[in-house]
Formats: sequence, structure tokens, C-alpha cells
Amino acid sequence: MTAPQPLLEVRDLRVEFKTRRGTALVLGGVDLALKAGETLCVVGESGCGKSMTALALLRLIPTPPGRISAGQVMFQGEDLLQASDERMRAVRGNRISMIFQEPMTSLNPVFTVGDQIGESLRLHAGLDAAAARAQAIEMLRQVGIAAPERRVDEYPHQLSGGMRQRVMIAMALACRPDILIADEPTTALDVTVQAQIFDLLRELQRDKGTAIVLITHDMGAVAEMADRVLVMYAGRVVEEGHATQVLGQPGHPYTQGLIDCLPELGSSQQSERHDLAEIAGMVPSIWELGTGCAFRERCPQALARCAHELPPMFALADSTTAAPHRSACWLRQGDGA
Amino acid sequence: MSKLNPLVGAATSLLQVHDLQVHFPLPKAGWFAPPEVVRAVDGVSFSIARGTTLALVGESGSGKTTTALALMRLAPITAGQVQLGDTALGALQGEALRAARRRFQIIFQDPFSSLNPRERAGATVRAPLDLMQVGTPQERNARVAELFQAVGLRPEQQQLFPHQFSGGQRQRINIARALATNPELVVCDEPVSALDIAIRAQILNLLVRLQKERGLTYLFISHDMAVVEHICEEIAVMYLGQIVERAPRQAFFARPLHPYSVALMSAVPTVHGGRARAAQRIQLSGDPPSPINPPPGCRFAGRCPVAEAACSAELPPLREIAPGHWVRCRRVEVVDGGAIAPLELPGV
Repeated sequence: MTAPQPLLEVRDLRVEFKTRRGTALVLGGVDLALKAGETLCVVGESGCGKSMTALALLRLIPTPPGRISAGQVMFQGEDLLQASDERMRAVRGNRISMIFQEPMTSLNPVFTVGDQIGESLRLHAGLDAAAARAQAIEMLRQVGIAAPERRVDEYPHQLSGGMRQRVMIAMALACRPDILIADEPTTALDVTVQAQIFDLLRELQRDKGTAIVLITHDMGAVAEMADRVLVMYAGRVVEEGHATQVLGQPGHPYTQGLIDCLPELGSSQQSERHDLAEIAGMVPSIWELGTGCAFRERCPQALARCAHELPPMFALADSTTAAPHRSACWLRQGDGA
Repeated sequence: MSKLNPLVGAATSLLQVHDLQVHFPLPKAGWFAPPEVVRAVDGVSFSIARGTTLALVGESGSGKTTTALALMRLAPITAGQVQLGDTALGALQGEALRAARRRFQIIFQDPFSSLNPRERAGATVRAPLDLMQVGTPQERNARVAELFQAVGLRPEQQQLFPHQFSGGQRQRINIARALATNPELVVCDEPVSALDIAIRAQILNLLVRLQKERGLTYLFISHDMAVVEHICEEIAVMYLGQIVERAPRQAFFARPLHPYSVALMSAVPTVHGGRARAAQRIQLSGDPPSPINPPPGCRFAGRCPVAEAACSAELPPLREIAPGHWVRCRRVEVVDGGAIAPLELPGV
């Protein structure tokens, strides 16, 4: 192997939740690898386990009822699942940090933004209050907030939604983490503000070399941001590959469906108006997954074996060692050489 | 079409809105402070032809939902006329207003909070029929059954409570309830924004099919340009309480003229555009100004990449640049009958 060791490697991550009906396996063995400085997009519908994966990486699963039942999260050669609580506190917000979907609810309303950005610097970098404040102003400037000297003393309610998300990003990047996990960071924002935030993330990544895990359900955002893509369905990865491979030649019927059902700009210039392609039905309940492929009920190309045999990841025809492209679908068996 | 009354359209229009204003007074800041007013909707005019869809797009705070609520008589109308067919909607009061409500209904954005959690789905859809005294009780049962079938729900699902449905199914119940009284105008306020992508297509197709079958007229509110392009016949772009551009679908999407429309279009990430599209994007700086004391001139001037000094001096009028294509920008020029946009969509 000449390829560099990935920064983060997750192997067979399983998360289960105890409920009154029994134990629900919400992540059924997720594998992922993230190289330094790259952007990995995790795509899927609500409930497919994308946010759960992010929380599990940082061991933020509410326990009980949740539990990481198996797997490894190797970060720079260390298994985070075996690390002490103290060690995890040193990693969170410092080496791996996270930004959430709702900038309104994830900022503390009673502290100034300067206090909140400075907190991780005081805790992790050991800066005193004055140095932390100076650094907070610098971070606000870097995320493109005008008049940072004034804004640093303001409270979250004094900022617009886009500015709050910028503050979240400033907080997350204050300690120059190796990995930034962004869980639907722009879903609550307008498109023009979303464009600003994406530009900002790309720019910061270029300057600081931060690896980004972007969780999203928007295929357009994937096309714009991703180096590599992971498509999840019902707690499992169903396809992974380079963004151009996954979007250009999707290897799983679910990925194909997700792309086809999007209305695309330019439809008014066609002579006729067509119905949008649909993915029939809906995501099955976690209790009805059965033993086969979870997508089989909605799949237009399902085979008999899909009902009882869980497909493993198969390499696809356009897969290479440098850019592996794999899909968990029986139709792809034998595609790769 | 009358040139004096620019946006009030032809005889076939079902809904005509002229110079609609919705202002909300703020509590006074102090004894001697001047009274302040939020100009949520500030002079909006449009019309919708029967059986067609007008899309109202814009960012949060642009006044699109307030416009819809005013039309539904759910927000106070400060000034302006709203005409539904022959009825002056803005002037109706009391029982006359209540009776007229069967002609206009609304589908809300959030399928979770817009249904009563203690009421069975069948009863929810039946409620408007009971309130409006439509038909006999037996006819109402038949009507509810017919509506359930029309929106793709099974008859036995009438007995279930909202929490037993998925988001997409709940939105189907909302649609069935809105259609119960056989309305002419249906306002769809971001009907698919809260739904998963795979479910969005199902609901959009359903709305299009119902419109064809029942001759419905839609006011479709959205911030998703691709969805709007798919569904509308005409589009109106709002910015800070005013319409800045209004045009037929093909003309607008072939070539938006207002710099804000262009910026909005360029901000949409697309599967095929990818990073190349992102790199050419028109960058808007800052946030929209406050609707409390909007700037005197063009309201977009502060963020506009092609603004001149004169733009901030005087509010430009909404001008008809091409047949049916109206734009509120003094920098759009007409040369030899063709419009020249001050800002072009990159990569087109």
C-alpha cells in the first residue's frame, strides 16, 4: 500500500437503541475513510443514519438508550471508541469539531459570541480571556463578519441566521481542527446565504487543510462540495465513490432515484412538461427491514434474491485503486474486474 | 391589458391583487419616539389566470408568506384591493367572509404542526365540509372518501391519527383538507420544503395532477427555483416586500433580468453544474436591509453588484420590458425591442 493512511477510518460502526419494542439497529455497520483536506458528503433521507454516524464518531450518542455496539473509529491511529472520556473531551471541539443544522438553537443565548468562540480556545489551547477574545475577533474576521470588534460583544439574537451560522463555523474552526463535521449546515438558510457559507467552507478548507464531512440531502450541494460521496439508506452505506462517479454514473438504484426525482433548472426550456420521476413508497420502518436489501420494496429493478440476501459492496466498472466506486446492489455483482 | 394598471391582467384572471400593503405597527420605543411600522408587503400587484400557477419566490423575510396570508384574510390588509372572480375579497367581513372561505384555501409548509394531533385524518378532511354545511352527512362521507382516493391515501387510513402518518402522507391529508370545499384558488405555502427529496417529487406530481383534473388555480410560494421552474406558468420574485420581477416561466428562466433574480438563480447548486457553477457564482454581500425603515431608492441597491448612485435615490417603477415581462430596475435597458440585463447569468 502506497496510499497515505486516511486521517479518519471507520470500520463496521454499529449503533443500537433500546426501545420498548426491542433493540433497534440504527447503524448496521458503516465503513468510511476520510483523507486529510478532502470533503466527504454523506447523503440520504431523514432517518437513514447520517446524523447518527456523525454523532457516533464523536461519541455523542445519548447512552442509554443508545449504544455503540461494535466497530472502530480510527483517528490518527487511535481508536476513539476505546479512548477515555477525558481524552474524548480533548478531541471534541479541538481536533474534530461539529456544526449543527440550527444555528439558532445551538448557540447559547445568554453569552456573547466572543465568549462562545473563546471557550474552546481557553479550554483546549489554554489562552487567557484577553488572548481568547483577540483570537475570537480574528476568527470572526476570517468567516467574513463585518466589524468583528463590535460583533464579538453581541449576543446571538442580534445576528441574522447567516451570521449565526458563520459564528458556529468560527467556533468550530477556532482550534484549527483536523476534521470539521457539518450536519446540514445550510438547510435553515436562504440559497444566497447558503452559497456564501459553501464558499466560506471551501475557502477555509483551502487555507487550513481541514477535512470536511458534510451531511446533506441536497444532491446539488453534493455536486458543489464533495470530493467523495457516501450514500446511506436505512442505516447502511449503499454506495460510495468519487463525486463525479456517483453523480455521473450512479451504481445503486436508490442513488439513481435521488438524482432523477430532483427538478433541475432548465426544465422550462424543454418543449413539454414532464412529471418528475418518483421513488415509490417510503423508507421502511426499522422493524420491517428483514434480512435482504432495505431498498427492495421501492426498487424498480429488484431481483428475487434481494428479499432475503443482504448485498455486500461490489466494485463497479469505473472503480480504480485511487478512486474506488462501490455499491451494495446485487445488480452490480461482477461489474468490477 | 391595461397600461395604467400594470399588473392587473386580462379578463380570464381568477385572482387580481392591486397595490396590496400589509404593515405591522411596532410598539413605540419610548414616549416621544416616532411610531415604527414593519412594511412586510409594500405595494404588491399581480393577477393569476384561472387554472394556472403563479409562483412567488424570494428569501425569508421578503413578504411572500405575508402576501399569501393577506389573500387568505389571515393577516390584516392595510391597503390595496384583492379581487377573487367578481368578489372584492378585501372588503368582506363576518358571515360573508366566512362563507367565501370555501372558495380559497391554503396548504401550509409544515405538515407536522398544521394537523390537529387529536383528530383522526378523516375528521380533519371532513371538518371544512361540516363547517360550511356542504351537502348531507352521507354526501360528506362520500366526499371524504373521494378526496382520500384523489390524494393517494387508502380508505381505512381515515381512522388514523396524524402521528401514524409519514411527512409525505400528512401533506396529502393537508391537500385533501384544502380541496374539501372545492376551492377555486389554492395557496401552496412551501408545500414541499419540509419533505424529503424522494417524497417531494410525489407531492409535486400530485399537485400538478389535481390542478389538471380540477382546474385549480395555484399561488405557489417557494424559495426553490428548480421546483418553481417545474411547476409554474408565471413567476414573481419578491424582495423586501415588493415584486422586483414578474414574467412568464419560459422568458424568466431563459433570461432573468433583475440583478436579484440573476443572483438568486446563480446561487442554486445543481447536480450538473457542480463546482464549475459554484466558481462562477454571483456573490451577494450582506443581508437584506430591515423592512422597518427600508432604504428610499431601490431596495436591492445596497447588495446589488451593478448598482449606481442613482439607484439609491429613487425607487424604480415596475416597467414592462417585453410582453408580460415586468422588472423593477432602472439599469435594464431596451435596445431595438430587446432587453439588456445589467447582470448576466454566468455560464449561459
